[in-house]
Amino acid sequence: MGNIDLQIPEVSIREIRLGSITGFQGGAEELVNSSRCGLRDKNRAFSQCLGCSASQAACMVILVQDAAVISHGPVGCSSCFHEYAFTYRVNSPLRGVDNPTQRKVFSTNLQETDTVYGGGQKLAKGIREVYERTHPNAVFVLTTCAAGIIGDDVESVCNEAEEELGIPVVAIFCEGFRSKVWTTGFDASYHGIARKLIKPARRKRDDVINVINFWGSDIFSDWFKAFGVKPRYITPYSTVENLSRASEAAATIQICPTLGSYLGAALEQEFGVPEIKAAPPYGVAQTDRWFRELGRVLHKEEEAERLIAAKKEEYLPRIEELRVKLKGKTAYVTAGAAHGHALLSILGELGMKAKGAAIFHHDPLYDSGSEESDLLARRVEEYGDVPNFNICNKQEFELVNMLNRLRPDVLLARHGGMTLWGAKLGIPSLLIGDEHYSMGYEGIMRYGERIVETLENDEFVKNLEKHAINPYTQWWLQQEPYTFLEGGNIQ
Amino acid sequence: MSGMIEQERYTCAIGALQSVVAIPKAVPILHSGPGCGNMIQGFFERSKGYAGGNTSPCTNFSEREVVFGGIDHLREIVSNTYKVLDTDLQVILTGCTAGIVGDDVESLADEFRDSGKPIVSVETAGFKCNNFESHSLVVNAILDQYVSIFENENPQRSEKNTVNLFASLPYQDQFWKGNLREYKRLLEGIGLKVHILFGSQSEGVEEWKRIPRANFNILVSPWYGFPIVEHLEAVYEQPYTHFPNVPIGANETERFLRQVIVFAKKQGAQIDEEAAEEFIRKEREAYYEEIDNLATFLLEFRYGLPNHVHILHDAGYVVGLSKFLLHEVGIVPKEQFVTDNTPVKYQEQIKEELRSTSKKRDIPLIFEPDAGKAQETIRSLSHQGRGLIIGSGWDKELAKEKNYDFLPAALPTPYRLVLTTNYVGFTGGLRVIEDIYDTVLSTYR
Repeated sequence: MGNIDLQIPEVSIREIRLGSITGFQGGAEELVNSSRCGLRDKNRAFSQCLGCSASQAACMVILVQDAAVISHGPVGCSSCFHEYAFTYRVNSPLRGVDNPTQRKVFSTNLQETDTVYGGGQKLAKGIREVYERTHPNAVFVLTTCAAGIIGDDVESVCNEAEEELGIPVVAIFCEGFRSKVWTTGFDASYHGIARKLIKPARRKRDDVINVINFWGSDIFSDWFKAFGVKPRYITPYSTVENLSRASEAAATIQICPTLGSYLGAALEQEFGVPEIKAAPPYGVAQTDRWFRELGRVLHKEEEAERLIAAKKEEYLPRIEELRVKLKGKTAYVTAGAAHGHALLSILGELGMKAKGAAIFHHDPLYDSGSEESDLLARRVEEYGDVPNFNICNKQEFELVNMLNRLRPDVLLARHGGMTLWGAKLGIPSLLIGDEHYSMGYEGIMRYGERIVETLENDEFVKNLEKHAINPYTQWWLQQEPYTFLEGGNIQ
Repeated sequence: MSGMIEQERYTCAIGALQSVVAIPKAVPILHSGPGCGNMIQGFFERSKGYAGGNTSPCTNFSEREVVFGGIDHLREIVSNTYKVLDTDLQVILTGCTAGIVGDDVESLADEFRDSGKPIVSVETAGFKCNNFESHSLVVNAILDQYVSIFENENPQRSEKNTVNLFASLPYQDQFWKGNLREYKRLLEGIGLKVHILFGSQSEGVEEWKRIPRANFNILVSPWYGFPIVEHLEAVYEQPYTHFPNVPIGANETERFLRQVIVFAKKQGAQIDEEAAEEFIRKEREAYYEEIDNLATFLLEFRYGLPNHVHILHDAGYVVGLSKFLLHEVGIVPKEQFVTDNTPVKYQEQIKEELRSTSKKRDIPLIFEPDAGKAQETIRSLSHQGRGLIIGSGWDKELAKEKNYDFLPAALPTPYRLVLTTNYVGFTGGLRVIEDIYDTVLSTYR
């Protein structure tokens, strides 16, 4: 059964569960080939702020329509959560939520005395107060470094409250210091949801498919029509009741295995919902493969073939036009793991040359244990190796150094903060937030059009380049980008 | 108050890393868990500055450091910071992890300082206090560990007309850049030289070194910041004058400037009072030319304008905006909410200050850091006429529920972008008016 054990409160971190790493320098092919032989992570002698598991865990539960969320820690540990309240409100029309309700986000506001005497009682009282104030259908409690180190028994406090209040009170263990791979926070939320919310199927439904995603646009309703099924998005914009029924679906797909690895596998292993293991549909060949796999699982192979044929007829000529426009152009990609691999596939499909990539971490194998889900392997097989493929854990200083050397025609990013450096170097930079934007055949076209537009609108970055403020030393810009990675050579 | 809070409007102690970011070419170095910098960046938004956000070095505490301590790792990160980043001042800030583990960061900073590095360390474990308070910890740490080194070249109180100003908290006051610029312009207008210390108007560490030279200090703040001016009084014998709310509009700005003039003269500053009054007169006249021109609109606009306001903000803005809106715009402040976790000992004097606003009305003032509770109170209230809410992004939904106009002017707010706008001063008052009525008029389609 591997790594999923819903009996224990805390999720096992990715470094242990999947052998994930946060530092590597080399080529994509080399990484793919060595992935199955046990990678060793490397430390850095210089590092900048990383992300936090707590924020990743938070976004998966704050956006559950009818839940309340308590961060058990000092106020700082939830201070970016207002961004998810914004997201919930702004993207609700994309998901048919007409009246997005105010998000219920609390902090136990731990003080110095609590670190001495413990914060358990404060949390116990807090959960009851939140219940009185908001009447949620579930309460999620996120742990923090402070609560973790002082050793509050959050699990027991939650269980007692659950018994008393009669609603699920879910402890989510997402202390930042536990993992350098902050996507462990997704796993932590999913672990809690799988343990406490998802119920064994009362009946199986062959017309519903779980879609594990963020808050992107609803493209799946349309795609699934051909198969006579409907998407059930989890967990953002879901309800507690809907989550409890995730076990009833015919299958689970995930828009990004970095995100959904744990929940997809938990649903299959613990609740018998088959997971579509084919890597998500980025690039033509993978989209073919993905739709076929979907058809196979739903016993609708013919429908899949018809859909593939129709879509290809519509979009391939337009993709071909873009290939002509983008011929010879080079790009650099920076993104979280699987989405970065996806963007590299799109580049390959559009005939662009990937000069390199800075990917935040690497999971050698996902929780399903299936090599089919490995998007990077697909990329290498179908479009060739990617040189300068590095695992950078969002280390800006390495990115700046590398970009400065490689000077691609365009920088493609997926996470905030990175495009700034493309722009400062005069490199047109593109970030697409909607994770569904470049999926499928039409996604290749959409993304290609945006790249063309980005390359064309370079006046802003050219002007910014002239006036760019740069805190990095000349010394640093002349060093090898991975000087500070273990094994590097510091002069 | 230390209970649970909903919809926080401030952040924890390590949030004062933004005060470091606000000093030109200074860099915060975090000895903290991996997410602290990210959380702070997420709270303030667009707050990267020169070397904040993703640029800030961080030890990214892991299980290993929790067990074995992280001081060696910190030493390595700090020494490499000098290689990678070009900075004038380094401030190490500790998070909860380092705080609980008990790493001796101070000694480490000493090591680097002994080798001539401009480095400072300060304990900012999140559970210690909030960022309103830790701003003072950061400033005092820089005074003690950096500014003090240059005392010989900067004799204390050697410049009679120079002042150090401590006012808008960088980033926590989203108008801090514009406000500090305006304070500087106004104080120069009455004949003073100002160490503004933060933002683009500051001369960076060179200006910080000259802090002892100032004749006195000015603190504009409802309750936070006292530890700074008290510390300077103890160390350099500089007295301070305290102004309790954000001076917005003509009345309060004039009161502020006159208070400073009187105090400056008492301290022996050479103030040409006539010239100072002439400066104030010109500012006032320019201001009232606009109000005069606007009054017809305020009095006659027949499609509806707000007649009352609820403000959810820190005490300085709640009092400053209430006074301004009542006397200079004609919007009546109803129940007001201070969300900055004001310590109890300061609450009465803030209430007293607000009471002075009007002899004929009582403005209810509620201190409530749990803004979710403040919102519940507002939900239960009902006043005649069109209402306005001035608060943070959290309050947009509340305003919608109540069908009130909404002006985001407090953190956190994803619904507004502020660059160098000021709310302080005569011009700041005019800008508040523009913002309110822009919001109101944009509801007419």
